[in-house]
Amino acid sequence: MADSHAEKESALERTRGRLDRIGDPALKAITFGAAALAVGILVVIAYELATGSRLAFRKFGLHFLVSQAWSVNLNQFGALSLIYGTAVTAVLAILIATPLAIAIALFLTELAPKPVRALLGALVEMLAAIPSVILGLWGILVLGPFVQNQLEPFLSSTLGFLPFFRGAHYPTGILTAVLVLTIMVVPIVASVTRELFTTAPPELREGALALGATRWEMVRGVLLPAARPGIFAAVALGFGRAVGEAIAVTQVIGSQIGIHLSLFGHSDTLASRIAGQYQGASTNLQISSLVYLATILLVISLAVNIGAQLLIKPIDMRPRRRRIALDRAFEAQGLSAD
Amino acid sequence: MTEPAFSLRASGRLRRRQLVNKAMGVLAIGAALLAVAVLAIVVISVATRGAGALNLDFFTKSQAQGFNPKGGGVLFAIVGSAILVGIATLIALPLGVLVAIYVSELAQPRLARIARMALDITNGIPTIVIGMFVFTMLVAAHGQSAFAGSIALAIIMLPLVARATEEVLLLVPPSQREASLALGVSRWRTTVQVVIPSAMGGILTGTTLAIARAAGETAPLLFLTSLGVSSHADWNPFHPLQSLTLVIFSYSDQADPAYQSKAWAAAFTLMCFVLFTSLAAKLALARYRKKLGG
Repeated sequence: MADSHAEKESALERTRGRLDRIGDPALKAITFGAAALAVGILVVIAYELATGSRLAFRKFGLHFLVSQAWSVNLNQFGALSLIYGTAVTAVLAILIATPLAIAIALFLTELAPKPVRALLGALVEMLAAIPSVILGLWGILVLGPFVQNQLEPFLSSTLGFLPFFRGAHYPTGILTAVLVLTIMVVPIVASVTRELFTTAPPELREGALALGATRWEMVRGVLLPAARPGIFAAVALGFGRAVGEAIAVTQVIGSQIGIHLSLFGHSDTLASRIAGQYQGASTNLQISSLVYLATILLVISLAVNIGAQLLIKPIDMRPRRRRIALDRAFEAQGLSAD
Repeated sequence: MTEPAFSLRASGRLRRRQLVNKAMGVLAIGAALLAVAVLAIVVISVATRGAGALNLDFFTKSQAQGFNPKGGGVLFAIVGSAILVGIATLIALPLGVLVAIYVSELAQPRLARIARMALDITNGIPTIVIGMFVFTMLVAAHGQSAFAGSIALAIIMLPLVARATEEVLLLVPPSQREASLALGVSRWRTTVQVVIPSAMGGILTGTTLAIARAAGETAPLLFLTSLGVSSHADWNPFHPLQSLTLVIFSYSDQADPAYQSKAWAAAFTLMCFVLFTSLAAKLALARYRKKLGG
C-alpha cells in the first residue's frame, strides 16, 4: 500500500515536474518578451521618426528650428512660428489652468462635504474623458462665436492698450485655442493635485491647525509647500498634454504661419500643423518636414514626462521636512518658531 | 454671570485672517463650480444639437452621395470605429496583461522600474506623434488601412491596460498567492489560475476605460485610415475604413449646416458611448477595489 502511494505521488511529481519545468520559465520568458516589446516600442518610435525626418534634416539642419518659412511652392520649411504658437498656447493654458486646478483640488479635499466630494470628483474626471475632437467641434461652433462676439470685444475695449488684445476678431485663433486647451488641462492637473492632497500625512494638517492656523494658512503654509514638487509634476504633465494636442487645436486655431503678438489672430502649433497639413502633403520634403515636427514634439514630450516622473513623489515627511513645514505654519501667522 | 474680561469676537488681525480664509474658500468653490459649469455647457450643447439631428437613418444608412449632404447616415463609420478599436483591444489587452504580470509578479525591481517608466513615457507621447510613427513605419510602404490605425490605437491603449492591470494585481491579497504556493502549486499555475482570475474584474474594467479612450482618438488615425465617408459596406480591416471621430473632424469645418448637424449627431453618439462606458467602468472599478481591499 505504501508502495502504491509512493508510486502515485511520483507519477504526479513527474507530470507536474514536466509541465512546471517548462511552465515557469515559459511564463517568465513570455512576459519578459512583452515587457521588452513595451520598452522597445519607444526605441522604434524614436528611430522611425529620426529616419523619416532625415530628408528635411539634411536640407535644413537645425536652422529648421529658427526659420519661419513654410512654403510648399518654394520648398522652404521651418518650425519657428509653430514653436512660438505651441509655446504661447500651452503656456497661457497652463497659466490659467493651474490656479483653477489647485483650487478645485483644495475644494475637493479640504472643503467639500463627503458626498459632494465623490460626485464632483467624478464630474471633473468626466471632463477629462470628453474626446478632443468633440471639444474641438464645440470650440468652433459654440465657443468660437462667443469669443468673437463677446469675449474679444470686451478684452479689446478694456485691455486694448496692450498689444495682445488688438486686431480683428475671429471665431478661431490663439485665444479660442487657449480656452479649449485650458478645459483639457484643468482635469489632469486637478486630479493629480487632488491625489497629492488626499495622501498628505494627516499630522501636517493637524499640526498647523493645532497651532491656531486658519484653514487657508494651513493650506498656504504647510500643504502647498509640502506638495510643491508634486504640483510641479502635475503642471508638467498638463503642459505636455497641451503641447501635444493636435485635433482640437487644428479645429480652432486657424492654421496660419506667422508670429504676432495679438492673441486674437490665427496661428498654428507643431501638433496642429501636422494634423492640418497631412492630407494635402504633396512632396517628400514636406512629408519629411512634418515628421521633423513630430520629432520635435517627441523630444519635448520625453523631456516633460521624464522630468515629471522624477519630480512626482508622495509628500516627503522626513523629520527635517516636517520641522520646516511646521516653521512655515508659524510664519504664515507672523509668529516665529523660536 | 460676570462679563468676560475681553470681547470674544474676533477683531483686528484675527478678523483679517478669518476674512482671508473665507475669501479663499469662496474662490475654491467658485473654481469647482466653473469646472462643472463648463462640463455642463459642453455636454448640453452637444446633446441639444446632436439629439435633434439623430434619426434612424443616421445609424442604419451610409452617407448619401453627391450633392445631397442631408440624407443618409454614418453606419459605416460606426462599424469602422468598432473594427478599429476591436483589433486594437485584441492586441493591447493580452500584451498589457503580460507586461503587468512581468512588472508586478516576476521582474527584479530594477527591471520593473524601467518597464514602468517606459509605459508612463509612452502614455505621455502625443497621439499625433504615434500616428506619424505608424505612418512612416507601415503606411508609407503599404498604404492606408484600418489595421495601421489599430496598431496606433493599441500603442495608446497598452500603457493604460498594463498600468490598470498592475494596480489590481497589487490588490490581490498576498495570502492567495501564498496559499497556492504552500500547496505546492508552481509559480506559473498560481499566476494563471489563482492571481489572474482573482484580478479579472479589475483587468476588464481597466480595459474598458482604455477602450473608451481609444474610441475617442482622432489624431493617430488621421493619416492611417480613411478620412472620407464612403457609401459602400466594407469590413476588411486591411482596407482604409472610416471612423466616427474622423467623420466629426472632417465635417466640423464644413460650411454646410447639414454637415455640421451630422457632426453634432456623431459627436453626441460618441460622447454618450465614451461617458457611459468610462463612468460604468469607474463605478465597477471602485466596487471591485472595495471588494479586494476588504
